[in-house]
Formats: sequence, C-alpha cells, structure tokens
Amino acid sequence: MAEHRLTTPLTDADIEKLVSGDVVYITGTIYTGRDAAHKRLVDSLDKGEKLPFELQGALIYYVGPSPAPPGKPIGSAGPTTSYRMDTYAPRLHSLGLKGSIGKGKRNDAVKAAMKEFKAAYFGATGGAGALLSQCITAATVIAYDDLGPEAIRELTVENFPLLVINDCHGGELYAVPDRKAAGLE
Amino acid sequence: MRTLKASDISAKVSAMIREASVRLPDDVKAAFATAEAAEDKASAKEIFRQLRENSALSEKSGLPLCQDCGLAIFFVEVGEDLKVEGSGLRQAIEQGMIDGYRDGYLRKSSCDPFTRKNTGDNSPSIIHFDLVPGDGLTIAFMAKGGGSENMSRVTMLAPAQGWKGIRNFVVERVAEAGPNPCPPVMIGVGIGGTFEYAPILAKKALLRHLDDVNPDPDLAAKEAELLEALNKLGIGPMGLGGKTTCLGVKIATAPCHIASLPLAVNVQCHSIRHMEVEL
Repeated sequence: MAEHRLTTPLTDADIEKLVSGDVVYITGTIYTGRDAAHKRLVDSLDKGEKLPFELQGALIYYVGPSPAPPGKPIGSAGPTTSYRMDTYAPRLHSLGLKGSIGKGKRNDAVKAAMKEFKAAYFGATGGAGALLSQCITAATVIAYDDLGPEAIRELTVENFPLLVINDCHGGELYAVPDRKAAGLE
Repeated sequence: MRTLKASDISAKVSAMIREASVRLPDDVKAAFATAEAAEDKASAKEIFRQLRENSALSEKSGLPLCQDCGLAIFFVEVGEDLKVEGSGLRQAIEQGMIDGYRDGYLRKSSCDPFTRKNTGDNSPSIIHFDLVPGDGLTIAFMAKGGGSENMSRVTMLAPAQGWKGIRNFVVERVAEAGPNPCPPVMIGVGIGGTFEYAPILAKKALLRHLDDVNPDPDLAAKEAELLEALNKLGIGPMGLGGKTTCLGVKIATAPCHIASLPLAVNVQCHSIRHMEVEL
C-alpha cells in the first residue's frame, strides 16, 4: 500500500496511480456537498446553469460540518454515508469530478463511472469529525447558504488523510462480510 | 407533591447535551481500548487510534465528537406526583435541547421530510414519556446520528420463525449494512410488542452500557450469541476488515400478539453518545 501526497485540482494521472488501500494526503481546495446540495447541482445542470464551482479536477467531500465555534474555521467535519449521493455521482464524474470523499459502499453505476471517467472514491474516518477538522484551515460558504449545514463550502485543507476505497481500475477496499462464519445459511 | 422549575430542567438538559456530545461514556472508551488491543490488522488498529485521538481532542477542545450531533432522543420517567412550574415538562426539555445545540455549536440536523428545509434549531426532539410512581424525574438523552439510523430495520416475523429467524435477521442486517453505519456498531434489538413498540424497545436498549449484563440469563446468553456471530462477519472498524464489527448487543422484549413476532434492529454507530440526569 503506497502513500501519496496530492494537490488539487486532480488530474487523470493523479487518479490512475491510485490503488485501493493506498493512503492519500490531500492539500488544496475541496468542496463540501451532501444530499440537498447534490440535488440542486443536478437541477442546475438540467437547466443549463453554471455550477458554483469548477467540476473539472474537483474533489467533493460528503460532509455537513457542525457550526464553527469562535476562533475556528469550522466545527467537526467527518464524512457522511456516501450511497445517498450515488444517484448524482455518475453525472458529476462524466463532467470532470475526479473524486468524492465519504464513508460506506457505492453502487455499481458509480463504480462504472469512476472507471470510465478516471475518478476515485476516498474514505475518511467516520465519527472522527473533531480530528479531521484539524486539517481544514479555511471554510467559506460559496452556494446554497439557506441549506445551513448542507450549504456548499469551499474548504482549504492541508494533508487531509484519506484511504482509497475504490480506484479507477475496479479495485475495492471494503471487507466482504463472511456470512457463513456468522452462521447464516 | 414536588415542584421543579421549568428553567432548571432546561438548564440541566442543555448541560447534559453539551457534555454527551464531547465526552464518550467510560464503557465505550474501555471497549475501544479492549478492541484495539485484540485487533491484529494494522488498518483496524489505526481506526481505533484515530477514534481515541478524536475523543481526547473533543473533550479538550469542545468540538463535538462527530459533526452529526444527531436528532435529540429522550426517554423520560416522570413521577406522577411531580409538578413543573413555568412551562410544561415537554417545553422545558425542548428549550434545553435548543439551548444546548445552539450554545454547544452542535449541528442542527432536523428538516422537513418533503422540502428538506432545516428547522434551524434541531427541534423537534423525539421524547418518550413514561409515568412512574413517586415525584422523581429522570431524563435520558441520546444523540442519534442519521447514518446508523438509516441502517436500522423493523420486521414482523411469523411466530414459527422463532429465535433462529430473529438471529438471522439481525446478523443479515449488520452484514448488509457493512461499512455504512460507522462500525464497530452497537445493536439494540426489540422483540415483541407491536409494529410501533418493537423499535422503541430497541432504541431504549441502546441506553444500556456496553459492559452491563442482562439480568435475564436467557437474554444475556442470546446477546452474547449475537455479539459473537456479528464479530465473525469480519466487517471490522469502518468496514476495513477486522475482529471488531460490533461492540455490544442489547435485547429488550415485551409480550406480543399470539399472531405476531415483531422485531426491530436499531443500529448505533461507534460514537455512542448518551447520558442521563436525575432531578
């Protein structure tokens, strides 16, 4: 398992060298977006509107942070469960999105899109939101302020620690449950 | 008859929420340490290391353990001889919840089911009241995250399916959920009652501590059997594989209709946040 230090925006070459299980430290700009923001992004695409950030080379972090206490750029900021964004992710990958950060399984359509459009799915440790927030040095709401925690934020991150869950070659990291060992017929 | 001020109840609830959101219960910390020592796999050990670091940082900095600070769930035991002055008991608890989530910089996660518009103050809480003899007041709070709640299920088994049917449903639920609910999980199992009561039993079971033993020896054995089976799934911390898929299984039962065997499985992520106050 290799270790990589990557800077955004990400390129096809950045993605192609990643293998599931690799550790990646991201530095640069990433964008937050979860359920409601994804719906609005895709509605905007349907209407032919410009998106609030450049998708080409971008990395979306599935997170709804807790409010920033005084003197801090952001509150706790760990990943949310990713499958809820599976409806939207293939289209965003087809338009240049190079990766998403979350936790939990992706469906076959997302995995196929990551293969076709050279993208990766990264896992951050769920339930470690206080710790992960330490790698975020700035946060600005850039769209959908009315969504509160679900607004799109531009985050500046330094060495944000990730694991490659799904790479663009079809590799996957998650353990397959051993139903037989657990006594299921 | 004893009288409590609504404002005192609100203040206690607010303080309890803020503390529960930054401090894991001792039994959970101990379970992390035991599980970390038992794991052989480096990735599993690394997850527990991060969770320990997260917990220490949260206590020190006041940042919540998880950005999903949950919907606020309360189980309240109210003495029949207790009087609340200033407002009703429900309003007093709700005000404390709103104050706690605001002043603790906790995330407000409650929204309209159709428009998805955030209610803005994490209201409404979900409050289960139980009337008991005497003039006491006990309020248990649980911060319940959405990711693990989404992996929970209720089903109506046929009585003939019995324990085997229950066991298979619980194990299959955790297997299917895989990495999604932030394992290692805790599982609350509600057996019996009715369609709406089994999940309440399951949720209330999650208020028990990981290290307590069910006083009913048969249920204690069933909890141990399920825990062992779930950990054989090998899903491991955050789904990366390992020995620790589940930290504890807690079963609560109630009599049910002769035609029914209701079963609820409430999945709790590893960020097990709950606390209780007596007033």
